[in-house]
Amino acid sequence: MSAVTATAPTADVKGDARIPLRGHLRHTGALIRRNLLWIRQDPESMFDALLMPVVFTLLFVYVFGGSIGLALGGGQDRYVQYVIPGMIAMMSMTLSQGVGTGFSQDFNSGVMDRFRSLPIGRGSVLFAKIAVELARMLFATAVLMVVAVLVGFHITHWGGLLATVALSAAFASSIMWVFLTLGVVLKNAQSVQAMGFLVLFPLQFGSSIFAPTKSMPGWLQSFTDYNPLSTLADSARGLMVGGPVAHDLWVTLAWSAGITAVMAPVAIHKFRTKS
Amino acid sequence: MAGATVFPMTRNDNNPGGGRNAVTVRGLVKHYGETKALDGVDLDVREGTVMGVLGPNGAGKTTLVRILSTLLAPDSGHATVAGYDVVRQPRQLRRVIGLTGQYASVDEKLPGWENLYMIGRLLDLSRKDARARADELLERFSLTDAARRPASTYSGGMRRRLDLAASMIGRPTVLFLDEPTTGLDPRTRNEVWDEVQAMVGDGVTVLLTTQYMEEAEQLASELTVVDRGKVIAGGGIEELKAKVGGRTLRVRPADPRELSPLAGMLDELGITGLASTTVDAETGSLLVPILSDEQLTAVVGAVTARGITIASITTELPSLDEVFLSLTGHRASAPQDTRPAESREEVAV
Repeated sequence: MSAVTATAPTADVKGDARIPLRGHLRHTGALIRRNLLWIRQDPESMFDALLMPVVFTLLFVYVFGGSIGLALGGGQDRYVQYVIPGMIAMMSMTLSQGVGTGFSQDFNSGVMDRFRSLPIGRGSVLFAKIAVELARMLFATAVLMVVAVLVGFHITHWGGLLATVALSAAFASSIMWVFLTLGVVLKNAQSVQAMGFLVLFPLQFGSSIFAPTKSMPGWLQSFTDYNPLSTLADSARGLMVGGPVAHDLWVTLAWSAGITAVMAPVAIHKFRTKS
Repeated sequence: MAGATVFPMTRNDNNPGGGRNAVTVRGLVKHYGETKALDGVDLDVREGTVMGVLGPNGAGKTTLVRILSTLLAPDSGHATVAGYDVVRQPRQLRRVIGLTGQYASVDEKLPGWENLYMIGRLLDLSRKDARARADELLERFSLTDAARRPASTYSGGMRRRLDLAASMIGRPTVLFLDEPTTGLDPRTRNEVWDEVQAMVGDGVTVLLTTQYMEEAEQLASELTVVDRGKVIAGGGIEELKAKVGGRTLRVRPADPRELSPLAGMLDELGITGLASTTVDAETGSLLVPILSDEQLTAVVGAVTARGITIASITTELPSLDEVFLSLTGHRASAPQDTRPAESREEVAV
């Protein structure tokens, strides 16, 4: 092994393996810039964030609004107050999915090999994806609020809106770790999307997002009560329109922390060891 | 490797000038399920040299490069690059290497300049330095005019040049080029060769994989021939060329009846080191293996002196297949049936 010992001294000179926090921030920043440039290069990629709040709001308010509003003891106006906070919860989940499909596409191009052969923390690539997706979500929420006001929504607590945005961002970032894991594990973007919908639909419709759960059968209610999308939607209602908040808020935060604690290490590990 | 001509990699023989190793590989093994992509590979690349790793598809070339650039963990054996262990010191190692993969490893949605700037920032250059380095490398690789266009609009050659530029940002001491010209047209391929030669001029150690003897001859000073995850030959280019017969001179007399007398004459002439000539009846030409320019001159002189009309005269480099045939006795692409079943499987890399 004379050859190895002969070159060993260089290892001591440049031997610092740890990446300082500033390094992590610099790397994540450079990768955020990359993902933002993607949007500039391909503005159509923002269509989902732009159209989803418009289409879904109009659909739910004008198609289901009347009858569900009636059940709520009011009319369509009553339903607007009910469904808009729910929409924030819905979007936090649906837009999170994009992070997985985007990541999968990255993997099928050579650029990921480049990143993985650079001396950067593996987390940076993932954090950058999450940061950009959260920015998209913020944009979609702004669009939603404009549409909401146009269909007659009125916020009773403006501070509650900020709190809602923060809470849904916390929840969305936890869910993104799940989709990032799918993006690493599954072969292509289509599989990620298909798998995503399988997760998405039961969670979104089996929740209090679109309709109150009181009329659902008991077995379903026991699911919807623990569904984090229900607690997120109910927290948003409490925060923006008024009503009890504390319980739902804590449950949502607990879900977010729990999902992140489990899935973030899984995603980073899968990313690190993918060959 | 029964029947294979293997000349052992005795390091003293291949290391005449001494010099330290930039890459050292010992007993590297990598399995993909049942198939062995690497089956005990040893390799030494001295600092400042270009090592060509020559082999057919599925020989394990890409697997080797991926392990050396820390993208893949080996099953056993070990390897160091610039003194850093690929498994234990991946971060330090990544700081001193550049990698250009078989498929362009740039972000195609990003303009060329943005690609280089991003990599500069990921390599901890300041904003100012990253900007300057991006400008400098675009200039050097003749991409300044295309700097603001998305890489997806680039031609194959431009993309490959951008890829090389990206690999050079961190001023690597060891550069891995995985089939840098596969899929490029001849003109573009020459451009890439020029760039690689310029990098070597800067003192970078290069490990290059290729399927083409011609490319290896152009760029590499030493060669390692791999097949089915094993090193089957290695040494200096000249040494290997001698082994496989170097170039072949193809002489086609205007009158095919001249073929045999011509062959007889050349064999009788006994030009030093000349292996026996063969007659290719199908094309009506004579194949003369030659090792040096002097031999080439002597042969052409002798043919001309005889005063026969020559329809065409060309020199040919041995193809990968011919290299394999003379080194191992079997063709590169078609596994022999005498081999045990498990090693006959194609290794997907």
